[in-house]
Amino acid sequence: MDLFGIPAPLLFGQVLLGLINGAFYALLSLGLAVIFGMLNVINFTHGAQFMMGAFVAWMLLEWLGIGYWGALLLAPLIVGATGIIMERLMIARLYKLDHLYGLLLTFGLGLIIEGLFRNEFGSSGLPYRIPVELQGAWDLDFMFMPVYRGWVVLVAFVMCLATWLVIEKTKIGSYLRAATENPALVQAFGINVPRMMTLTYGAGVALAAFAGVLAAPIYSVNPQMGSNLIIIVFAVVVIGGMGSILGSVLTGFGLGIIEGLTKVFYPEASSTVIFVVMALVLLARPAALLGRS
Amino acid sequence: MDRRSLIIGGSALAGFSARAQAAPIRIGVLTDMSGPYRDPTGPGSVICTEQAVLEFGNRGLAVEVIRADHQNRPDVGANIARQWYDQGVDAIVDVPTSSVALAVNSIAREKNKVFLNSGAATSDLTGAQCSPNTVHFTYDTYMLARGTGAALTRAGGDSWYFITADYAFGHALQRDTSRFVEAGGGRVLGAARYPFPSTTDFSSFIVQAQASRAKVLGLANAGTDTANCIKQAREFGLTRNMKIAGLLLSFMEVHSLGLETCQGLVLSEPFYWNANDRTRAFTQRVRPRMPANAPPAQVQAGCYGVTLHYLKAVAELGAAAARADGRAVVAKMKAMPTDDDAFGPGRIREDGRKLHPCYLWEVKAPAQSTGAWDYYNLLATTPAEEAFRPLAEGNCPLVRS
Amino acid sequence: MAAPAAAGAFEGIDAEREVFWGFTRPQLLAFGLMLVFIAVAPFFLYPVFLMKVLCFALFACAFNLLIGYVGLLSFGHAAYFGMGGYLAGHSAKVWGFTPEVSIIIGGLAGMLLGWLIGMLAIRRQGIYFAMITLAMAQMVYFFCVQAPFTNGEDGIQAIPRGAFLGSVSMARDFNLYWLVAGIFVISFLFIHRVIHSPFGQVMKAIRENEPRAISLGYRVDDYKLIAFVISAGLSGVAGGTKSIVFGIATLTDVFWTMSGEVVLMSLVGGLGTLFGPVAGAAIIITMQNYLAEFGAWVTVIQGVIFVLCVLAFRRGVVGEIGRLLKVRL
Repeated sequence: MDLFGIPAPLLFGQVLLGLINGAFYALLSLGLAVIFGMLNVINFTHGAQFMMGAFVAWMLLEWLGIGYWGALLLAPLIVGATGIIMERLMIARLYKLDHLYGLLLTFGLGLIIEGLFRNEFGSSGLPYRIPVELQGAWDLDFMFMPVYRGWVVLVAFVMCLATWLVIEKTKIGSYLRAATENPALVQAFGINVPRMMTLTYGAGVALAAFAGVLAAPIYSVNPQMGSNLIIIVFAVVVIGGMGSILGSVLTGFGLGIIEGLTKVFYPEASSTVIFVVMALVLLARPAALLGRS
Repeated sequence: MDRRSLIIGGSALAGFSARAQAAPIRIGVLTDMSGPYRDPTGPGSVICTEQAVLEFGNRGLAVEVIRADHQNRPDVGANIARQWYDQGVDAIVDVPTSSVALAVNSIAREKNKVFLNSGAATSDLTGAQCSPNTVHFTYDTYMLARGTGAALTRAGGDSWYFITADYAFGHALQRDTSRFVEAGGGRVLGAARYPFPSTTDFSSFIVQAQASRAKVLGLANAGTDTANCIKQAREFGLTRNMKIAGLLLSFMEVHSLGLETCQGLVLSEPFYWNANDRTRAFTQRVRPRMPANAPPAQVQAGCYGVTLHYLKAVAELGAAAARADGRAVVAKMKAMPTDDDAFGPGRIREDGRKLHPCYLWEVKAPAQSTGAWDYYNLLATTPAEEAFRPLAEGNCPLVRS
Repeated sequence: MAAPAAAGAFEGIDAEREVFWGFTRPQLLAFGLMLVFIAVAPFFLYPVFLMKVLCFALFACAFNLLIGYVGLLSFGHAAYFGMGGYLAGHSAKVWGFTPEVSIIIGGLAGMLLGWLIGMLAIRRQGIYFAMITLAMAQMVYFFCVQAPFTNGEDGIQAIPRGAFLGSVSMARDFNLYWLVAGIFVISFLFIHRVIHSPFGQVMKAIRENEPRAISLGYRVDDYKLIAFVISAGLSGVAGGTKSIVFGIATLTDVFWTMSGEVVLMSLVGGLGTLFGPVAGAAIIITMQNYLAEFGAWVTVIQGVIFVLCVLAFRRGVVGEIGRLLKVRL
């Protein structure tokens, strides 16, 4: 059977691949949305932190012999800790100022991190392999689906769901949400709001690093790997409604699929399509899909 | 030298005084120290240039090598090149990134200085924009297309699918390669053009390539994109029934991806450190000073070769005459046959194109590799006179038919 | 973004009084010094370098018009700068126009693009605005990568400098310098005039309190859009001038890092100050040239400056000087 001149199974395969890409978008925009939703900071360092996640995974393997599974746990913790230090030393000083200073600060930090990594590790990238347990592929008859890709979708989906549940359904989540509405009042109830902010930033950064570890076996691990992705992720967050976690996740997966289909029918436009969608959404619904205005 | 150009608002010229007479020959290495091409060019290019100066010996010439980072920005590169030339730099070496190279090309011509390009890919440097002040030494898109396309088709890879970066460079590579594939009796079954530089996931294109049932996947892109394609092609099992040809893939990228991922890959390079006794000898001399003790990559070796030849021409002409007229130096370089350990004997054609054989390599499997940095097996050789674009086809205004 | 210079504090002081054409006395003095510098500098400094500084100073001033006086942070100004450069280059090279006409075409290209993007972007504020402009600029970038007239990665090369009004050759750096200096001074005065017009007063009112401006009956969106178009147009002029000076127009001028750079220049100099962007551009361009031999450290050093400015010197160089001297510059 053919759909639009393309065999249906092949088209189905492409949708599947789009979904996998969407998983990365969702995971990255999730971290951005958490940070923005709670701290009102646009984390321009997010791309660099994604890259750090991948590099830390490589360092753990190369220097300490800790493999993929250990890295999946440790790298987010390590990178998250650097995020906490950054928040305490720098970002926390800007909460009282215009949000734009947060954006400019994190932009500068991103430049520093990328530059340092390029100085240390060069530009052409480092090798990182798929763990033995996830090697191989399913032969789906019409295409060849690597096991690792399936794992990415699964893990990303679980992560997104878990984050959403923590924020919407738990007590900590309710404190967080309350603190964004009225930090003074929440502080008055005896909750340490600044510490909560710090940990939130750390968690958002850890999410980026987690995505970085996931990406290391399939994308080239190099210092500029994050900056190419981050602009697209920004668009995802804008479309989803800044700070809306559900919106970001849904948009991430959705845009992955749209992009995947564009890659079949008109590959030249597969990046532009995301920005076109963004423009259309903003024209039709100025508050974005699920945003607060 | 007029008063205005003496004192400057910038550049890597600290401690640089403008003594016009009895000054040494100054060579400026303008390269990518901070961007994506740092590893195959960058600091290694500077060291190889210095190596040429070292080996050339004194022979009555004082030579000074300075360096700068063009940050892959044509305006920065053009600014540095202008200042260097205005302040007594005689030749600029390397300059990867086509847009910067073309900018320096026209400045060198305007100032009647010398431009020795090793790092840029564009064949326009010896085509429509060729200049009597420029030598294009190591490689260009035409050579890559021919070296890989024709030789691989002859070896049985007669049906191709391309993954192409959607900009001029990618298009040129795909177009030229397709021509050689078809001339050799092969067929091009399709191509996917992806937006550059924002694509990191190529799985969709790889699946499309598999579905085409072509024998060869041609990667008409560079740098990180090529690395991503190769990594993901292996993941999707494409290498079980297709051969991957990296049209612009360097030794350093193979190193960074690892043999496990790259084995069986095919690529064209005119220089590989382990090719023969002379290249090994050169590598042994320069390697202790290279970053991470890596053997030189082709562009870096090109900086060595072109600088050595330049110094020979300068010595023939005499330093004073050479400093006064860049065009005369380049004419002299064209008149003298070249010979160096990295590229062997060769010559420079009247359009500024250096001619040497181009080799088609296959990346070894990890088990075949006998030591660190031992990466390639030789598949085919394209002789020097055939490897590059015929003089008549380039439309270089310097060539009178 | 609220302008950091707390202008209100100096009210009533003599230094606040506008003595000539909207300039206060200290501003007039500073402007005079700047003119003298522009006139004298080419005899001592490398003219091509100075022209580059002037192009970027104009670019930063145009950017500052938006952030400093309307409170809109655009993170996509590279689009207008780069597109202006491409169109000016194309006009001079392919259509054979004289340099001043080419630069005007570059400015018009910036304005048109600014109008298109502005209509979409001004629907949102603050961070949303920044991200929309960034995303739209990326779209422009993709267009430039693919459009045939830009020559993709190679860029438009060997753009002729031509002859001013068809008669005065611009081939000598010295001649071209005066044209560039003229464009800069005229544009600078134009921006100053815009800020001090009734239109400029409304812009500042929008920055300080948008709902109140609306309630006073101003069509806020129209004002924002006009400011956006002016800013984009002047960025196009700056880009066009730069491509005539260097004879090249390439992708780096449309890339998002260029948008970041102009933010950095304005921030270093002082957001919302008249002379800040000029000082900031001079500092950053000088740095880029002097740091060329430090290789990869260039990005790191730029990042450090960004961070330091945000954390410690939010007023920027000119803003801090103004604070010390207790004047508004």
